Amino acid sequence: MAATDDQQATETPRVDKAQYVLAAALAAVGIYTLVDARGLTVGFGDPVGPRVFPYVIGTVMIVLAVLLAVATARGDVAEGEAGEDIDLTSPPDWATVGKLVAVLVLNVLFVNLLGWAVTGALLFAGCAWALGSRTLLRDAIVGAVLSVSSWYFFYVGLDVPLPPGILDGIL
Amino acid sequence: MDTLDLLLDGMANALTPQNLAFAAIGVLLGTFVGVLPGIGPAMAVALLLPITYGLDPTQSFILFAGIYYGGMYGGSTTSILLNTPGESASVMTAIEGNKMARKGRAAQALATAAIGSFIAGTIGTLLVAFLTPSLAEIAVEIGAASFFAIMLLSLVLVTAVLGSSKLRGFIGLFIGLTIGLVGLDLSTGQARLTGGVLQLADGVDIVVVAVGIFAIGEALWIAAHLRRQPIDVIPVGRPFMSRDDWSRSWKPWLRGTALGFPFGALPAGGAETPTFLSYILERRLSRKKEEFGHGAIEGVAGPEAANNASAAGMFVPLLALGLPVTATAAVLLAAMRTYGIVPGPTLMTDQPELVWTLLASLLIGNTLLLVINLPLAPMWARLLQIPRPQLYAGILFFASLGAYAVNQSAFDVALLLVFGAVGFIVRRFGIPILPLILGVIIGPLMETKMREALDLSDGAISGLFNEPLAIAIYVLMALLLVLPPVIQRVRGRPLVPHELAERSDEQEVGR
Repeated sequence: MAATDDQQATETPRVDKAQYVLAAALAAVGIYTLVDARGLTVGFGDPVGPRVFPYVIGTVMIVLAVLLAVATARGDVAEGEAGEDIDLTSPPDWATVGKLVAVLVLNVLFVNLLGWAVTGALLFAGCAWALGSRTLLRDAIVGAVLSVSSWYFFYVGLDVPLPPGILDGIL
Repeated sequence: MDTLDLLLDGMANALTPQNLAFAAIGVLLGTFVGVLPGIGPAMAVALLLPITYGLDPTQSFILFAGIYYGGMYGGSTTSILLNTPGESASVMTAIEGNKMARKGRAAQALATAAIGSFIAGTIGTLLVAFLTPSLAEIAVEIGAASFFAIMLLSLVLVTAVLGSSKLRGFIGLFIGLTIGLVGLDLSTGQARLTGGVLQLADGVDIVVVAVGIFAIGEALWIAAHLRRQPIDVIPVGRPFMSRDDWSRSWKPWLRGTALGFPFGALPAGGAETPTFLSYILERRLSRKKEEFGHGAIEGVAGPEAANNASAAGMFVPLLALGLPVTATAAVLLAAMRTYGIVPGPTLMTDQPELVWTLLASLLIGNTLLLVINLPLAPMWARLLQIPRPQLYAGILFFASLGAYAVNQSAFDVALLLVFGAVGFIVRRFGIPILPLILGVIIGPLMETKMREALDLSDGAISGLFNEPLAIAIYVLMALLLVLPPVIQRVRGRPLVPHELAERSDEQEVGR
């Protein structure tokens, strides 16, 4: 990996193409901020109004996006964040991330219908499975214990009744 | 004398058996969560926020005091026993601490870190107690223009002076400021950046933003790059120190405290710089220079003390000005707001009992930390071996639970995912998270002060410069931005090249 990096550095500067996408996204956010601010009305006797701040932020955001694009063209490469369990030498594992996001989205869709006690357990087991655990039954049991006990903790301990969902009357 | 009386009153409030129990629970929970790899103090506080929903403010602050110091302590344990620091402030501790652990001196490294943290935290908290009231008294007099300047200064410092890339720092800051815009404009009641979504009218809950960016973003980022081979954890017995270790540690503890506190208390934010300076200082002053790089105890004692002293120092701007300077402070501020408590110059006079109880419980939490955690160190070390799939599944579980519990709405959980995606993206592109979080919190405060100042001057831009303090701050800001590059050019070399280069070498060896 290091060797190929060196080679590339001596031949042509490596261009981090994904950074162009980021720059475009930031510019879009900046433009949206400006457009949104234009729709605001400034009342009489209000010398500043709600527009000034978004105007400044939106404009600077667009400038930053341009600067990022320029820096990228000049060979600026992003350095991902390091950490205890992070191995930056391996390519990103999109399959795992995709599975996790799917599990999290399912939780969003069904939490009101089925209740936290059910979706929480599925969430835990699903995430553990996505991250490579192969002890599915154990994970499901741990998840169920966690979600049911957290439901009771909020209900009894904190007086925050989470919707029971399909387990209404059982919990 | 007055301060001492008030602090003793606070002590009396905090020392009821029930409150002591809350402090102990906080310390245990904070350490537990902080030891877990991948969880820093800010994430620890954010994840544990929901468990305080049913408590009254005093009790929840006591709990937070314990969680905060516990999370800090847990982080240092992780960086000593694994050579991979979870946050920038523990990088320096990891260098010598991990070398010590590899030489079979893990117990001593943990002991000097724990006792150093205790001493620095105690001195730091006492300094907070003595400085905050007088600062708050001055701060009441500060006008909107100067307040705006102070906030701008802290944002500029955090963004441009810390961190490796100014461009990335500013991108982070402006992403945060944009998030801060979402919701109804406070003075005219018009919706901004809500895209017509009604649930966004109240703005995005800062807890959802923090948990999304810290917990979901981090878990997704780790999932994309999960280290598949097992990581070796160094087993450890009960921490202790020999007479020689004590005599080599006490001076670095005090020097580290002296370095760390001002950096935490000034709006320069962050423990990164003082821990780094402390490490260099101890290496210069040590009688055993040859031991540095091979596990010198001074190199653990100094930076750990600096780290904790700056963690305490951060309470000065938070309580006296309502200005958070670290990510953890931002989350704490959000927590206080959920109780309708707005830190700032008037907090000391409006709710003195609350503040003094908080300060007293910081002292108590700090002591409990030492008493409880020294014997428990071997158990915490075993936590590092927790299987990663279950660990990160657990983090995602509790993050979703926390976001859901705020309003029992699935929309908040969806929003959590959106911010998780933002957190993933900023990690992928090396955009620092501290300016982002501070932007979300400080942005709306800045806008309020700016409009206050300009309303007084009837819209003339001079309204931002009509106070001597404001002008002095702008001059200072200009100097801080202009001087370092100039000095660098004049001297012909960067300010801190040598040690930084060495630092990255260290990490490479550790891999």
